[in-house]
Amino acid sequence: MKILIKNGRLIDYLSDFDGITDIYIEDGTIKEIGNELEYIADEIIDCTGLCIIPGMVDMHCHLREPGFEYKESIETGINSAAAGGFTTIACMPNTNPVIDNQAIVTFIKEKAKSAGKVNVFPIGCITKGQNGQELAEIAEMKLAGVVAISDDGKPVSNPLVMKRALQYAKMFELPVISHCEDKELVDEGVMNEGYTSTILGLKGIPREAEEVMVARDVILAENNDCHVHIAHISTKGSVDIIRNAKKRNVKVTAETCPHYFSMTDEAVVGYNTNAKVNPPLRTSEDVEAIKKGLADGTIDVIATDHAPHHIDDKNVEFNNASFGISGFETALSLCVTNLLQTKVLTYKQFVAKISYNPSKILGINSGSISIGRIADLTIFAPNDKIIVNAQTFKSKGKNTPFDGYELKGKVCYTIVNGKIL
Amino acid sequence: MNLTSKDILGIKDMTKDEIEHILSTAQTMKYIITTNNKKTPHLSGKSIVALFYENSTRTRLSFELASKYMGANFASIAASSSSVAKGETLIDTGKTIQAMGTDVIIMRHPMSGAAELLAKNLNISIINAGDGMNEHPTQALLDMYTIKEKKGKIEGLKVAIVGDIYHSRVARSNIWGLKKLGAEVNVAGPSTLIPTEIEKMGVKVFNCVHEAIIDADVVIALRIQLERQKKGLFPTTREYSKFFGIDDEKLKLAKSDVLLMHPGPVNRGIELSSYAIDGKNSVINEQVTNGLAVRMALLYILTRRNKEFENID
Repeated sequence: MKILIKNGRLIDYLSDFDGITDIYIEDGTIKEIGNELEYIADEIIDCTGLCIIPGMVDMHCHLREPGFEYKESIETGINSAAAGGFTTIACMPNTNPVIDNQAIVTFIKEKAKSAGKVNVFPIGCITKGQNGQELAEIAEMKLAGVVAISDDGKPVSNPLVMKRALQYAKMFELPVISHCEDKELVDEGVMNEGYTSTILGLKGIPREAEEVMVARDVILAENNDCHVHIAHISTKGSVDIIRNAKKRNVKVTAETCPHYFSMTDEAVVGYNTNAKVNPPLRTSEDVEAIKKGLADGTIDVIATDHAPHHIDDKNVEFNNASFGISGFETALSLCVTNLLQTKVLTYKQFVAKISYNPSKILGINSGSISIGRIADLTIFAPNDKIIVNAQTFKSKGKNTPFDGYELKGKVCYTIVNGKIL
Repeated sequence: MNLTSKDILGIKDMTKDEIEHILSTAQTMKYIITTNNKKTPHLSGKSIVALFYENSTRTRLSFELASKYMGANFASIAASSSSVAKGETLIDTGKTIQAMGTDVIIMRHPMSGAAELLAKNLNISIINAGDGMNEHPTQALLDMYTIKEKKGKIEGLKVAIVGDIYHSRVARSNIWGLKKLGAEVNVAGPSTLIPTEIEKMGVKVFNCVHEAIIDADVVIALRIQLERQKKGLFPTTREYSKFFGIDDEKLKLAKSDVLLMHPGPVNRGIELSSYAIDGKNSVINEQVTNGLAVRMALLYILTRRNKEFENID
């Protein structure tokens, strides 16, 4: 297939380019970038007023298959990702069974391949059965195709196991993604600990539940000269710890999610279970710190933590409701509205965090638009208004606290391997 | 006057006028309790169901007698013996009860927000008889009624709430209500049992009970659940009682005509000394009587409201 993209604003972090140009794509590859290109193409896309960025990469999502197909399947998850502008996604291993051996890795890859469309890379478990005790067959999973390891949702509470995981994974250049949460400090908490939890009578999850483990993992990475990637940070304290660690050249990278810079714990008022997420939505002070951390480079990546749930998991008592937000289909608009329009990030910085950095961390060949590269592109209209309507989501998970929100930024085209999805 | 909501979920969302309307209606109801013929037609033909997911003696009995004194049909379900034990969801259970012609569901539930969830999913009235750590509005209303009856007013009074504030729905409902009616509210307890940023509710926080109750017009002691000790929130009941329990000695710091209140059931010798419970300042038994009056008032107000709004649903 031949595609000619005309007059778009191309923003590329790696080549440090931001300008109006044409792009010609043939056989899945970028053939030429330049002004006033003329080709006979199967498809000509007029991108006047639109932004073209390297395909968005989500390094943290949940596809629920195998085991929880009533919440999401690999196929519906892929469709949702494509609708959200993502060309590559990495899915977390807390399925049933969990992704802790090469057979399940192969199963996910096969399923994703037959669904086609976006690139799917599985993330393997750190420990067998996500039990936090014995290391999983990490090397064999790497051969089968995992791009990282993580016990997401079930933090590795034993620091010695975490230390060994970091040392072992380093041999195979696999990033270890740490879901930082001290379960003892969380206790029975269900939302951020603060004034809102006090007046709702809900048990709080204190910030230190996240921060003590961020600190622990930073120290483990530092003392053992290993890389750790901190998942979904939500607090000012976590940003401070990571900023400090980076000053000491600790090999730490970090991600946050759109909801942590778009919303506070006040969204829970009325016992809104769609605003129940882990880590929990925090306060405006944390939101500002997260934005600052994004702007100054402390936070490398924006990931969705797409966590689809069935209505039956959410339309219950707040304590009984599942944690998680369906995130693929609002991510871009939340970034445009809360980071780009407000000038928290430049467009180039945004491209780094949504495409280049996650590609680099996962060691995958994406994250930039240049001649000869595979044509993975996201094209969006930065000024178009959208009104979020969860019922129109491609995802099975309609669980979003942003339903009804008016946002700026609309995904127009998702192009993977030179194919328009 | 009508309430704006079809439900009584909490004091937080009530206006001062609504609270005062309920309290003045309760005054009429209290008269009925004191007569020889405790039967009125106010709720004749109405059906009231109590749905209790937690144990309760006084609240459930109080609602049952309130319903029966006013001629309603009353039934009650304990979660342990119902289809809840078979895994039915709260909303499904509520819809089943609604489908049987019930006018009001009175629910107690261990989880905060459960009453609101039920209310949003049903057309009939819900009275929250306690949801988790959130609210226990009828308790606060009966406490306010008692204070008003004894002191003639609430505005300007100094009220100290002492004990496990963190887990207490009684404390939260009372703080909302008392602040709306113009009282000054102190809370006191061990720092492990004071919720984060509670001062933003307009209360003063003390760890020293003595300081909190100086010149108080009212002292409300809260029940301390003994399992909190096992969770490590305080070392022993002995130490708790010594530092945070109310006895005659501490009570002397308050005004001489201070009202001593407790939502019950009391752990004698832990949060309150026996002398204090049975002493001249204690109004604990009158609170129970007033609870009945307040619940009669609420049932009356809500079922009247339903009638006027019948055509809408």
